[in-house]
Amino acid sequence: MSALAGNSRTADISALARLLSGLHLDGLLLMGIAVTMSIGTLAVYSAVGQNDALVMNQLTRMAAALVAMLIMAQLDPAWLRRLSPWVYMAGLALLGLVLVSGDVGGGAQRWLDLGVRFQPSEIMKLGVPLMVAWVLHDRPLPPSFLMIVTCLALIMIPVALIALQPDLGTAIMITASGGAAIFLAGIGVRYLIGAGASALVALPALWYFVMHDYQKRRVLTLFDPDSDPLGAGYHIIQSKIAIGSGGLFGKGWLNGTQGQLEFLPERSTDFIFAVIGEEFGLLGALTVLLVYLAIVGRGLYIAATAQETFGRLLAGSISLTFFFYVFVNTGMVTGLLPVVGVPLPLISMGGTSMVTLLAGFGILMSIQTHRKLLAR
Amino acid sequence: MATSLQIKDHWAEQRLFTRRVIVAGLLVFALSGIVVARLAQLQIAEYDYFSAQSQGNRIRVQPAPPTRGLIFDRNGQVLAENIPTYQLELTPEQVPDLDATLEQLAAADLIAADDVPELKSLISSHRRFDSVAIRQRLDDETVARFAVDRPRFPGVEIRARLTRAYPLGKAIAHAVGYVGGISVADRQALDSRDYAGTALVGKVGVERGYEDALHGNVGHADVLVNARGRMIEVLDRDAPEPGNDLILTLDAETQLTAWEAMAGRRGAVVAIDPRNGEVLVLVSTPAYDPNGISAGLTRKDFRTLQEDPDRPLFNRAVRGAYPPGSTIKPVLGLAGLDYDFLNPEERHYCGGFYRLPGKSHRYRDWKPAGHGPMDLHNAIAQSCDVYFYALATEMGIERMAMFLRRFGLGADTGVDIPGEKPGLVPDPGWKRAAFSRREDQVWFPGETVIAGIGQGYMLTTPMQLAHLSATIAARGKRFQPTLLKGFRDPETNSTRLLEPESLPTVEIKEDLDWDRIISAMNAVLQGERGTARSVGMDAPFTMAGKSGTAQVFTVAQDEEYDADEVAERMRDHALFIAFAPLENPSIAVAVVIENGESGSRAAAPVARAVMENYLEKVL
Repeated sequence: MSALAGNSRTADISALARLLSGLHLDGLLLMGIAVTMSIGTLAVYSAVGQNDALVMNQLTRMAAALVAMLIMAQLDPAWLRRLSPWVYMAGLALLGLVLVSGDVGGGAQRWLDLGVRFQPSEIMKLGVPLMVAWVLHDRPLPPSFLMIVTCLALIMIPVALIALQPDLGTAIMITASGGAAIFLAGIGVRYLIGAGASALVALPALWYFVMHDYQKRRVLTLFDPDSDPLGAGYHIIQSKIAIGSGGLFGKGWLNGTQGQLEFLPERSTDFIFAVIGEEFGLLGALTVLLVYLAIVGRGLYIAATAQETFGRLLAGSISLTFFFYVFVNTGMVTGLLPVVGVPLPLISMGGTSMVTLLAGFGILMSIQTHRKLLAR
Repeated sequence: MATSLQIKDHWAEQRLFTRRVIVAGLLVFALSGIVVARLAQLQIAEYDYFSAQSQGNRIRVQPAPPTRGLIFDRNGQVLAENIPTYQLELTPEQVPDLDATLEQLAAADLIAADDVPELKSLISSHRRFDSVAIRQRLDDETVARFAVDRPRFPGVEIRARLTRAYPLGKAIAHAVGYVGGISVADRQALDSRDYAGTALVGKVGVERGYEDALHGNVGHADVLVNARGRMIEVLDRDAPEPGNDLILTLDAETQLTAWEAMAGRRGAVVAIDPRNGEVLVLVSTPAYDPNGISAGLTRKDFRTLQEDPDRPLFNRAVRGAYPPGSTIKPVLGLAGLDYDFLNPEERHYCGGFYRLPGKSHRYRDWKPAGHGPMDLHNAIAQSCDVYFYALATEMGIERMAMFLRRFGLGADTGVDIPGEKPGLVPDPGWKRAAFSRREDQVWFPGETVIAGIGQGYMLTTPMQLAHLSATIAARGKRFQPTLLKGFRDPETNSTRLLEPESLPTVEIKEDLDWDRIISAMNAVLQGERGTARSVGMDAPFTMAGKSGTAQVFTVAQDEEYDADEVAERMRDHALFIAFAPLENPSIAVAVVIENGESGSRAAAPVARAVMENYLEKVL
């Protein structure tokens, strides 16, 4: 307190801090998001062939997503907790509605038109972690066997509905978000081993009875992309050429031949990481990964220091799911994982997932900034 | 509460949670490490390789479409072949303004203005660097005109491609079918990988039914292109596997005989080998020219075909459903014998009409004066209606329907031409389900009476009638009708012939009953009082048959014809089934002539001509 008349720089910083805490925002998270979005905008600008209109659309979507974050950050976690089951139930009802009367787009039935067109599966990306955290928040942890089964059922019902659409990518991400919450709740090691073993058993069943031909082909193509150079293998071959030819320093912004000459499919959406790898090289790709890790690290810190079980589980699940997005997308673009439609978070062009992601970060910020001083 | 035993230990939970977060953090690092290692592998270790692939020249994967299999008849005559022609192709990514280009092409009369919307959606369903055929089979004059205008149309090129030709033209149209441009709807049904680079797909007939075998497997070439996408060198080639050639069961010569015999008629002829189910003839008239249609008709020409009142696009042989008329009598006679409702020697008096007991309505015989006393043999040979009215009433509709279904009526024959119609064998259960109004759902005894002569609701396709005729000829043995005799591998020229596929046999208690029916059918053509004796008497071989006449009830209200035309279309349909020779039946035929009036006079000569042409060669 004696430094009341300190230099103006610290005063500026504390003014900014006051502004941020007044808005219930977390400065470090916000910084990570801003850096990622900036890199993303540069990459998208290059990928869409410097089409200003498309980039403006993307900026508009980012602004909308930031507003969603701001709103979520204002909601007290206790409020959110009470809302959780209702969000989940509403999401479930909408998913059912999609199967009955949804719009078909790209061979799958994912869209619902209630004034605005949207994918109800997006709601479930937050609805499932909210629900699992809500179920576990007032139970003794680690969770009992019965509680684990309950949580698994709550996860698998929406996942099954989404897999039926079919939207395998989203189904996997939602399973991961629920699984992360259960893991963080302290599920016993023997259950983890059991789950792993039964997953191994379930895999063949999934292959023969659930997966569509195009999904199987994507998996097979992963192991031998040259077997199908005109179809699913095309994405992987071109994506690897783009990244590999980028080298250490990249070909330079707007100079990536693979992207600019349209060899690389879906370069502004799911395969944007290949554009980054080609134009900014290994250093650029590592920078992006580092910023992602910083965001995840901050998220996990918020989770670890949260005061309530609900907030801890929710924050941890959101952070880990975010990382899972990054891993699945970069893994797929570099040819490590099958091609499932998962965008690179905060960077890939597209609106719905951006809004959901930032709403999730809003929740993280809310948990961090609505601390009760008494508890310490 | 009882659950108070489970007390939340906040400190323990916090510690547990922290441990888990640390584990999760380690996992995050490990997985990130994998991605980083992969990036390093691609961008440092394999940099030279990928750099070479992307630098200066670039590799583009081009599909190499397979050659479509040829189609032969049973004697090796070509029914469908591939000939090189010029077509106009457009590569979307090389066209600066697609709408303007299409507009100018239409203005220069290189494409039809009508087709532009369809072409647009076709082009947008392709990848931007795949070339799309926008007009096929250009004539020399158009090629020359385009050559002059070419600089105006960047991205549009003339390419030589193989297109389909059908040397026998209309005569085989409904059997072989045709290929056409891949429409947006086709595209959704096909595996787009297999059809990369392919412009044509089977639309109807054998071309459609055996699309998979004919198509082959796509190959690809890794092509070096410069920055503007122009090809420089082919690096690697994975040759396409050509489609299989098909050897059909059709006999082209007999097919042409049938086609000529049907000249000017609307109808169908189907001939089957009773010993194995091979379809020897499949004619439907009138027909379209498969050469013209697979060259890509303009919208207007296609509409003309669609709106032709004679319906040349309609495959009457498998989709035309007609009341079988009296051709059903031999089968019903057999049913009467097998169910013990008939003593074949017993005579019933035909006085020219039949009355249900206690009813006044007269069901008239086609011969107003009546046939007099009739036994089964003569009732079939002279086609006495009254005999079968009485038999039908005694047997009842359900037994009749059951027996007819054993011959494959009322269901798809399963012949390998897509779009077959099942016809209809009516019974009270069907009527209940087919009509919504309660008063329409009742089965009337009078409907059983007319079912006895194949009238009323009963419907059969020419294919079903030919199969029925073959089944009688083979004394109950049934074979799956098929147009495919075998495959030929175009690379090795080795052929693989298919085995005939048996269907459930029609079992009859007494084998002698087959003889009775066949002998009566023989008398139709070669007996003293047979209805078609003028057709069969002088034949150089034995044969059996049965004529039929089906009433035409309605003419569509919205059609406009002059008085003569309407009268022509009100006439009865003429039907005839036959097989020959009796000693070893080798061909069974069904002929349907729309508005042909008399089965014996109009349809029977066609059946004879077909059998005679075929038997001359095989006997």
